[in-house]
Amino acid sequence: MLLRHTPEEIVERQALMINPAKTCQPIGAMYAALGIHGCLPHSHGSQGCCAYHRSTLTRHYKEPVMAGTSSFTEGASVFGGQANLLQAIDNIFTIYEPEVIAVHTTCLSETIGDDIPQIVSKARDEGKVPEGKHVIHANTPSYVGSHVTGFSNMVKGMVDYLAEDGVEHKARTINILPGYVEPADIQEIKRLVKELGIDSIVFPDTSYVLNGPQTGKFSMFPEGGATVEDIRRSGRSMGTIALGPLASGAAARALDAKCKVPCEILDLPIGLNKTDEFINVLRKAAGVTVPDSITIERGQLLDVITDEQQYFYQKKVALVGDPDQLISLTEFLVSIDMWPIHIVTGTPGKKFEKRIAEITKDIPHKVNVRQAGDMFLLHQWIKNDPVDLLIGNTYGKYIARDEDIPFVRFGFPILDRIGHIYFPTVGYKGGMRLLEKILDVLLDRKDRDSPEESFELVM
Amino acid sequence: MAIPIRDDENLEMNECSPDEIKKEILEKYPTKVARKRAKQIVINKVGEGCEVPEIQANVRTIPGIITQRGCTYAGCKGVVLGPTRDIVNITHGPVGCGFYSWLTRRNQTKPESPEAENFMTYCFTTDMQEEQIVFGGEKKLKQAIQEAYDTMKPKAIAIFSTCPVGLIGDDVHSVAREMKEKLGINVFGFSCEGYKGVSQSAGHHIANNGIFTHVVGLDDTVREGKFKVNLLGEYNIGGDAFLIEKLFEECGFTLISTFSGNSSIDKFANSHTADLNLIMCHRSINYVAEMMETKFGVPWMKVNFIGAEASAKSLRKMAKYFGDQELIDKVEEVIAREMPAVIAAQEEVRPRCEGKLAMIFVGGSRAHHYQELFREIGMDTISAGYEFAHRDDYEGRKVLPTVKVDADSRNIEELDVHPDPDRFRPRKTEEEMKRLQEEGVEFHDYDGMMPEMGDDKMIIDDINQYETDKMIEYYKPAIFCAGIKEKYAVQKSGVPMKQLHSYDYGGPYAAFQGAINFYHEVDRMVNSKVWKYIKAPWQESPELAAKYAWE
Repeated sequence: MLLRHTPEEIVERQALMINPAKTCQPIGAMYAALGIHGCLPHSHGSQGCCAYHRSTLTRHYKEPVMAGTSSFTEGASVFGGQANLLQAIDNIFTIYEPEVIAVHTTCLSETIGDDIPQIVSKARDEGKVPEGKHVIHANTPSYVGSHVTGFSNMVKGMVDYLAEDGVEHKARTINILPGYVEPADIQEIKRLVKELGIDSIVFPDTSYVLNGPQTGKFSMFPEGGATVEDIRRSGRSMGTIALGPLASGAAARALDAKCKVPCEILDLPIGLNKTDEFINVLRKAAGVTVPDSITIERGQLLDVITDEQQYFYQKKVALVGDPDQLISLTEFLVSIDMWPIHIVTGTPGKKFEKRIAEITKDIPHKVNVRQAGDMFLLHQWIKNDPVDLLIGNTYGKYIARDEDIPFVRFGFPILDRIGHIYFPTVGYKGGMRLLEKILDVLLDRKDRDSPEESFELVM
Repeated sequence: MAIPIRDDENLEMNECSPDEIKKEILEKYPTKVARKRAKQIVINKVGEGCEVPEIQANVRTIPGIITQRGCTYAGCKGVVLGPTRDIVNITHGPVGCGFYSWLTRRNQTKPESPEAENFMTYCFTTDMQEEQIVFGGEKKLKQAIQEAYDTMKPKAIAIFSTCPVGLIGDDVHSVAREMKEKLGINVFGFSCEGYKGVSQSAGHHIANNGIFTHVVGLDDTVREGKFKVNLLGEYNIGGDAFLIEKLFEECGFTLISTFSGNSSIDKFANSHTADLNLIMCHRSINYVAEMMETKFGVPWMKVNFIGAEASAKSLRKMAKYFGDQELIDKVEEVIAREMPAVIAAQEEVRPRCEGKLAMIFVGGSRAHHYQELFREIGMDTISAGYEFAHRDDYEGRKVLPTVKVDADSRNIEELDVHPDPDRFRPRKTEEEMKRLQEEGVEFHDYDGMMPEMGDDKMIIDDINQYETDKMIEYYKPAIFCAGIKEKYAVQKSGVPMKQLHSYDYGGPYAAFQGAINFYHEVDRMVNSKVWKYIKAPWQESPELAAKYAWE
C-alpha cells in the first residue's frame, strides 16, 4: 500500500496540509499568460518558482513551456527585486523578442512588497520596452487562494492593461472567457461558438500553444493565443460570457467596469445541462438560431446517457479538483443518477460547499464536501464510506490503487496520460468523452471481477 | 579543429569553428550579458598535464535568460533529503513548493517490508496563509509538527524553509529544538529558502550540513559484514541504486548507507562506521564526505557507475583499497561475468550509433558521467555543461584553491568540523594511503569533466533556452540530453531528447545491466523512424498533379 499510513479514523487538522488538492497562484498566472499570442510569462521571484511551474506545466501538456524568471538571490530579497526585473525585461525583449511580457509575482516578491507597475514604468523610461511592445502584470501572492486565483488575477490583468473602451462603436462581437480549462476545451468552445455563427473574441486561448503540432521547427511563440489586438477589441464587444465564476468572473466584471461591456457569468459547460445553459445564453445574447448540427450533438450525448443509464445509476463517486470544474461535474453526475458523495477542492471559498450541497441535496446518502481540503481527507472519507469511482488529477492514482477503485483522470495536473491535451471535456462532445471514460473504467472493472459463468460478451 | 555542421536544408556538411559559433551566439546579447556569458562558454583545450581553460561557474543566473536552474529549496528538499523514506518532510511555506516537489523526482525506494515506513508518497506542508506572513508562522509550524506526529508517528521530522520564511523571520531551528524535546523524536530544520545561493547547489550544501549535524553519528552500532562502504550522491532515479546495491552484494562489499537513494534515516545515523566513502555525484554530496573524513577518519574516493568500463574501474579501485585478495578475485569474477552481455549489446548497437553526436546539459555530475555511455557505443559528446556545478566539477579539484568565494557562496555556512575525540579513527595508516596513491588509487580527488573531453568541444555552464536552440541549429546533434523543461522544445526541432534527470520514466542506467539498458535506449532514439514523418506528402511535393490517375 503506497498510502499505508493514512488512517481510517479522521482527526481534524488545523495546521498541517497533507497531499494538497491545490497549488499556488503563480502557476495559474503562467498558464493564463501562455494564452496570449507572442507572450512570455515572467515569474518575479526566486528561479525555483519558475522552474517548478514550467516543469509541472510541461509534464501536464508534453509541450514546450517558456517563461522567464527574475532569479532572486539573497541581495534581491533584502534590497528588492527592481534591478532584477529591469534587467530581465531588457534581456527578454533583446533575446527572445516577445510581443508581451506578462509578469506575475511570487510569495517572495509579494512579501518584500515590490511595486511592479513602478518598476515597469521605470523600464519604459529607460527605453527597455521597445515601441509597440507590452508589459502587463498580476499580483499573485502564493499564500492567498490557489492556482485558480492566480489564473483569475492574470486574466483580469489582461483586461486591466489591454482592453480598450469604445462606447460609441460597440461591435457585434461577444467575448468568451473560457476559464481555467484545457487547450482542447478552448478549441471545442470556439468550435461551438463558430457553429452558432457568432463572431467572438476568446481569451486567454492556449489552444495551439500547449497542444501544437510536431513541425520539425521549435518556435518560442507558437501560432495559437489571443492577440493583443483581440484583447484590446474586447472592450468594444457587445457583451462577455465568462465561463467558471472563480476563474473568469473577476476579468468579466473588470471589463464591465472599465469598458461598460455587460457580462453573464456561467458555470463551465461540462455535461448536458451546463452545456445547454451555455448554448442557450449564447443564442439569446447573439440573437441566433441554434443550428441542427449542435442539436444533433446534444441528442448524441443524451443518447449515451439514456442507453447506458443502468451503469451510472446510484454509483458512488469521489471527486477532487478545482471549484469551477467540480460544480459542473457534480451537476453532470447527479443529472445521470450517479451519487457524488465525497467532494474535495483545495481552493478556499465557502460558496463552493453551499453550491455543492444545493446540487446534491436530493441524493439519499450523506454527502461530504470540503473547500480548502486535501486529498488525505478525501482518502479517509473513502475509507469510511467506499465509492465505485474516483475522479481527479494524477495524484488520485495512489488512492485508486490502494483502495482498488476505478479511476478517471480529470483536472490538473495529469502527469501520466495524454488524452486531456487533445480531447475536450466541455460541450456535448466533451460530455460524451467523459461518459466514455467513466464507462470504460466501470465496465473494465466488471469484466475483471465477473466470475467466469457471468462474464459478458455484450454489455 | 573545424566541426562538421549538417546543413538543415540540403544535408551538406558545412565547416564552422567553435570560435565562430561562440561569437555568433554572443552577438545577440546585450553587452553586459555577452561579457558574462563569454566566460561561461568555453572551448575546451586539454594540456599535457590535463590542465584545461578556466570556466566561470556557480555564479548568478542572468535574470530573464530562461535558465534551466531551480532553487535552493529544490536542492535541499527535492534532491538530497527527498529520497529518504522514513523522515516526514514538512515544507514550511505556501502550498506550491511542497506540491511541486511531491513525487516528481522518481527516487525509487523499497522499504524492508510492506508495513515499514514510507512517507515519500505523501506531501506535508504548512500551507502558509497571509495571516502567517503578517504575524509569523512559527505557531502554525509547531502545530503542524504535532499533527504530523499524531497522525504518522514517525521517528524523525524535517522542516524545509521556503522563501517567505526567511523574510518574515520564522526560526525553524528553535521550533525544531522545542518539538524535538517535546516529542522525543529527531526533529531538525533547514534554512533552505529558495533565494539562497545561485542554484540548487546551495541547497545541496545546506542539506549536507543539516544531515551531518543532526543525523550522522547518532548510532555507533557496528553492523556485521566486511568491506564497509557508503555510497554518496546516488539518488536511485529509476532504480539505479538497486542495481549498484546488488552489484556490491555480489562482490562482497557491505553497503552501510546510501546518500540518499533508497535510504532510511537509521542508515545515515551509523554511516560513520563505514570504512570508505564512495562519491557518485561530487557536486551534491562532497561536503558530507569531507566532514565525515575530518570528524571520523573515513576517506573518500570518486567512483562512477554510469558506464560499464567506469563501473568495472570503480569496483577494482574499491577492492584495491581494501586490499583483500578474495575480494579482488570476486570483483574480477563479477566483472568477467557481466562484461560479455555488455560487449554483445555494444556490438549490436554500435554500427547504428557510431559517429553520431550527443549533447548533455544537466546537473552536477551526469553531464560528465553519461559521456562514458555514449563513448562506449561510439558516440561523441560534442558539447556539454552543468546546470549548477562549480569550477571543480569542470576543471577538477586541483583548481579549488583558486576558486573565488563570492557573496552568494559566503551565505552558505561552512561547518567547523574537528576530529571526534572518541570516534576519530584513521582507516589506513599514512604509509598505506601513500602506497595506494602510488598504485593509482586516488583519494579526495575528482578530475572533473573537461580533462576527459577532447579539444574544441564547447563547454557551456548554465545553458539557457536561446543557447540551446542555437547549439541545435548549428550542430544538429543526433540526441540532446537535459531535463523536462527542455524536452519538448528540443523535440519540436526534430531532435530526440533524453531526460537525464527523470530518465523519461525509464532506466535503470547504472552499472552493467544499466549500461545495456542505455545502449538500447539510445539506439531506439537516434535510429527511430518516427522522426521521418514530419513532412506530409503534400509538403514534400506541393505542386498539384496535372491529372489524377483515374481521371
